[in-house]
Amino acid sequence: MSVVRYRQWSVHAHPRSLAVGLLLVLLALGSSVLLVGSGEYPMSPARVVETLTGQGHPADVFIVQEVRLPRVVTGLLVGAALGLSGAVFQALVRNPLGSPDILGFTHGASAGAISVIVLFGGSSAALAGGAVVGAALTGVLVYLLAWRGGLHGNRLVLVGVGVAAILTGVNGYLLTRADINEAGRAVLWLTGSLEGSGWGNAVPLLLALCLLLPVVLLGCARGLRALEMGDDAAYSLGVPVERVRLVLLVCAVLLTAFAAAAAGPIAFVALTAPQLARRLTRAPGPNLVPALCMGAALVVCADLLAGRAFGDQPLPAGVVTGVLGGAYLVWLLATQRRAGRI
Amino acid sequence: MSSVKSPQRHGACAESPARPPRAHSRNALRALGLIAALALLLLVVGLGLAVGAKPISLGEAYAGLTDESAPAHSIVTEMRMPRTLLGLLAGFALGLAGCLMQALTRNPLADPGLLGINAGASAAVVSAMAFLGVTAYTGYVWFAFLGAAVVSVLVYAVGGGRGATPARLALAGTALNAALISYVNAVQLLDTAALDRMRFWTVGSLASADMDTVVRLSAFVGAGTLIALLMARPLNAMALGEDSARALGASPGATKGWTIAAVTVLCGAATAACGPIVFVGLMVPHLVRSLTGPDLRWMLPYCAVLAPVLLVGADVLGRVLARPGELQVGIVTAVLGGPVFLYFVRRRRMAQA
Repeated sequence: MSVVRYRQWSVHAHPRSLAVGLLLVLLALGSSVLLVGSGEYPMSPARVVETLTGQGHPADVFIVQEVRLPRVVTGLLVGAALGLSGAVFQALVRNPLGSPDILGFTHGASAGAISVIVLFGGSSAALAGGAVVGAALTGVLVYLLAWRGGLHGNRLVLVGVGVAAILTGVNGYLLTRADINEAGRAVLWLTGSLEGSGWGNAVPLLLALCLLLPVVLLGCARGLRALEMGDDAAYSLGVPVERVRLVLLVCAVLLTAFAAAAAGPIAFVALTAPQLARRLTRAPGPNLVPALCMGAALVVCADLLAGRAFGDQPLPAGVVTGVLGGAYLVWLLATQRRAGRI
Repeated sequence: MSSVKSPQRHGACAESPARPPRAHSRNALRALGLIAALALLLLVVGLGLAVGAKPISLGEAYAGLTDESAPAHSIVTEMRMPRTLLGLLAGFALGLAGCLMQALTRNPLADPGLLGINAGASAAVVSAMAFLGVTAYTGYVWFAFLGAAVVSVLVYAVGGGRGATPARLALAGTALNAALISYVNAVQLLDTAALDRMRFWTVGSLASADMDTVVRLSAFVGAGTLIALLMARPLNAMALGEDSARALGASPGATKGWTIAAVTVLCGAATAACGPIVFVGLMVPHLVRSLTGPDLRWMLPYCAVLAPVLLVGADVLGRVLARPGELQVGIVTAVLGGPVFLYFVRRRRMAQA
């Protein structure tokens, strides 16, 4: 860790984190180029880059801009949003298992979307709206239930787990009450897929990220770092603990909600990306930016693998994210133990 | 802070002749509570025998159980008895396993589901169905067991073996869980025939119970319980940290190994018999801790009694609420158990315990 100073400003620079972040961005962009080039109408990476820089054949431009680019951009954004929200949650509750997948926010989004499908037979725009509303309501509910003159990290986790369990039951019940076509649609959405994503999926998420990223990274990152040392330490460092926690919670829930609205609840990205990032950078603290890059890389790589690995039968990205992230994390844990690092 | 100290205090009480009077009355209260819980369990089991598509009174159910010529004899012994016993055994096993898991990992989120044991069983079952063509229930029970065992050994190994820390165990379990669930989903999506058969197993239901399963399950649960009870004391010491545990005469490495073995046997057997039932193993230990405090010598028996109350009770309610059909026990457990859980999280200082 070294400090870069310029007049009255100073920034902590962690060279290894920078290198890891840069590599992850390169990995995500490289996979994106491959992903744009793959499909029923294959293109070489060189042609893809040409087309993206505006020098391609009109047919290529159409396919890239209208069909494949929105899908890849959605994947990158979803991964980034999930990685960041996972890192924020895990730091907030100081528990490596405390991701939105487990604290009920993903379940809330699912419940909203399934209700729209089953009860109203709504369109895909209504479905996305339902997911956002479901996650937001779950966020409010969890916050109110966990509030008791303050927001104790462990109580937040327990309340979240309880709400998640109830919502799992509700979702199961809704699915058994749906007719077979609606149930099929709901199950497909629940798997989390980038299939058929258009600009309509990417743009709302992009706007949400533009709004929330500065709040989290510039406004609260310092407070979050202090919170990781415990509430008392944070208070004594002058951090307004409850306010920072509320703002971060709102941001992280909204990130999860918009990510789920764009592509369905893609599993385990929010859980594994921050842990992977933390293990690669070996830096203390929440590692927000590396987690964000890791999430984006994870989703795009998963989509690439899902489309190619099983011949003519493409799988949804949400099926592969877990295998990719989980297996990689197991491998990291095992090798780091052998190397004597935790 | 007092709650953390209590296992030590009671440990000392057992040997010293001059017990402080407060500990006396507290233990008496706990024993009374346990008796009340047992009475509740008896009531729920009675309801499990009496309630169903053809409701009978508790008296008739008892007569059907004891008298071969009673009109309710075949309903009670052939249909409701195995189902209720399966719920009883599975709840017992899951409650104990959840309690051990949370004590071992010192993580309130640890349960057989989150630590990948259910996912391991599911992965083995779906592989057996898709690649080996196993269809019979008796065939894939063994695969479920094998899967659970392999995954818990893996979690233990990746988590650091004898030097495992709670955080690393939890993390290793979660990572394996993520990978395995995705694998199960992938196989199901690629092989629709496997998906169709798998559906009957993954719902987590007691409906397909028969006496053979119950007998087989009870052998495993018995073995697991024995290990669990032997581990109560060393795990109590481990709650104070490994150095203190060593100083108190417990061996952390052996304790971890045996606890994992007990959890595997208990969860593997329950999951194999009724499919992945989540939440029981997570919720019951939290409720119990708010009643008894963190002493495992009280927590384990309480969990063993209250978890089956929850599971069998949810099964009975599922039969009542959705008459003439029934709701799966997993759904009822979550929807009814969840609010109770939330109530306790808010009321008691459970989160800090």
